Amino acid sequence: MFELLGIPPQALFGQLLLGLINGSFYALLSLGLAIIFGLLNIINFTHGAQYMMGAFVAWMLLNYLGINYWAALFVAPVIVGITGVIIERLLISRLYHLDHLYGLLLTFGLALIIQGLFRNYYGISGLPYQIPGVLSGGQNLGFMFLPNYRGWVIVASLIVCLATWFIIEKTRLGAYLRAATENPTLVGAFGINVPRMVTLTYGFGVALAAFAGVLAAPIYAVNPNMGADLIIVVFAVVVIGGMGSILGSIVTGFGLGLIEGLTRVFYPEGSAVVIFVVMAIVLLVKPAGLFGRAA
Amino acid sequence: MKTTGKILGALAGLLMAGSAYATDVKIGVMNDRSGIYSDIGGEGSVIAARMAVEDFGAADKGINVEIVSADHQNKPDVGSNIARQWYDTEGVDVIADVPTSSVALAVNDITREKNKIFLNSGAATSDLTGAKCSPNTVHWTYDTWQLAHGTGGAMVAAGGKTWFFLTADYAFGHALERDTAAVVKEAGGEVIGSVKTPFPGTDFSSFLLQAQSSGAQVIGLANAGGDTVNSMKQAAEFGITQGGQAIAGLLVFVNDVHALGLDIAQGLVLTETFYWDLNDQTREWSARFEKTAGKKPSMIQAGVYAAVLHYLKAVEAVGDKDPTKVMAKMKEMPTDDPLFGKGVVRADGRKTHDAYLFRVKKPDQSEGEWDLYETVATIPADKAFRPLADGGCELVK
Repeated sequence: MFELLGIPPQALFGQLLLGLINGSFYALLSLGLAIIFGLLNIINFTHGAQYMMGAFVAWMLLNYLGINYWAALFVAPVIVGITGVIIERLLISRLYHLDHLYGLLLTFGLALIIQGLFRNYYGISGLPYQIPGVLSGGQNLGFMFLPNYRGWVIVASLIVCLATWFIIEKTRLGAYLRAATENPTLVGAFGINVPRMVTLTYGFGVALAAFAGVLAAPIYAVNPNMGADLIIVVFAVVVIGGMGSILGSIVTGFGLGLIEGLTRVFYPEGSAVVIFVVMAIVLLVKPAGLFGRAA
Repeated sequence: MKTTGKILGALAGLLMAGSAYATDVKIGVMNDRSGIYSDIGGEGSVIAARMAVEDFGAADKGINVEIVSADHQNKPDVGSNIARQWYDTEGVDVIADVPTSSVALAVNDITREKNKIFLNSGAATSDLTGAKCSPNTVHWTYDTWQLAHGTGGAMVAAGGKTWFFLTADYAFGHALERDTAAVVKEAGGEVIGSVKTPFPGTDFSSFLLQAQSSGAQVIGLANAGGDTVNSMKQAAEFGITQGGQAIAGLLVFVNDVHALGLDIAQGLVLTETFYWDLNDQTREWSARFEKTAGKKPSMIQAGVYAAVLHYLKAVEAVGDKDPTKVMAKMKEMPTDDPLFGKGVVRADGRKTHDAYLFRVKKPDQSEGEWDLYETVATIPADKAFRPLADGGCELVK
């Protein structure tokens, strides 16, 4: 059996697959961020909190209303998306004429408030959420034991990412959205309600975060800080992919998951930092990001 | 001259009447109030400290206690700044709790430098009463040596000879791994690998996979809080225990088991020095605690209560809050409280009491939300903690 730098290939394939699974979360989250930034020009720091809300709403649906995981996959994003719509209407929409910094500060503050509220009511240790029965267990792939649930995460995230990309890049609705970012006044003149479209876009971006949150609930600790731990990495992913680039965020999300997975094999201590190292290098070489257009 | 003397005497009398208390004591509860350790310490530790003051009846005994609190965010620099500010400008006499070993070691040094008192409950590193021991520190609740011998010893005795560690990459994780590895080797076992995981972490599957492919009989989790919950949850997902490997949670709190749910946590063997359901006294106290805090106490919070209680007893006995005298008294007086029973504070600052080996109940054995443990064994105080002579503490001669 050959070995690569002292690591048997089985272990390596396993780690790559795991990296891809983590990449699924990065891709879903950075996609939502990219859409919001691309169309609203808002750096949505509340994204991590909204991801956390997705997981918590799934838990609440199950424990208070008896609604199971599969229904929660649709219901929770809708509920959290609606809270996003309210936030956009009440608060964010007042900042569009101001500098980016104000949106960043507002959403960052909101994130702290939301996390604080959840921490106050549910504590920090977290809440139990089981893997749905159909997806428990796993497959022996020869080189590793792949839990069914992880396989489902990759599939679900790929479908949602590609569908989103398709809607924005290939459909008439997506064309309106893209046109509205270029020139909202002109698009409004064609009789399209631009502010409503922007509101719904924010709601959709938030719903994507909540969807990722529901996906994460059975395998990661469901606690108020779960998003805060992840969001910094996701921002790095967005910066590497190019702010606002839809395809860029999907590809870099999965790609960086792989790089992180490899680092965990060769130098585990560095796995928390590797994404930021990549970010620094990309910013030096291509400041607009890998898929970004220079302003 | 005579008049002046009378006036001064009258003034002094007034002053004494004005301050009804003979001793003013200020206790600073410093811990993680918002991060991953805020459930096991946090506001709950502040509540526990207040309960100690009330139960002791400090006000009636002429001791006026003020309790302040601060969030060290698990950062040694933040903790150091708070400690200096408290001691230098805010008149704090005692710092209590301080989880996160790296912060605790920093506060340990500062307390010694300022000659104040440090009642540690939250931190795990056994260095606090070993190489880094200080005449100003009492380490109350538990430590890495005790955890390693409690859980580690039990696992090796049950046949877990080969070990692989998942270690949180900071002072605490390293200390816990070192101490457990020593127990494993001493008992004839072998450590076949370990991996340092970034702290705090979300995804442990890569590390678990490495542990799985190592073929070790026992996977030791030298981590805590959210890291433990995440790694246990994912270990269950990857079928680690079904594959015949055992998981040893080296530092697991009742809050973590509650967060995991019995479905995932069942069968896990762990060591704690306090559990709310041990006896009538712990149940009574925990019920009162729950009324204010909204959940059952962790052993850290129980430790804060007991340590503050013992400190106040010492202050009462000395009749003064002079740190040197109070520390001497704390070590001289045997301890006795409803939560840990009878015990002593040793010369090296280590508080000793019984420890318990628990097994997490199966879902059908549990009768309530917090009915989580069954007691497997009681480890007597003299076996539970590192022998006085072995710590390398300079205070032991």
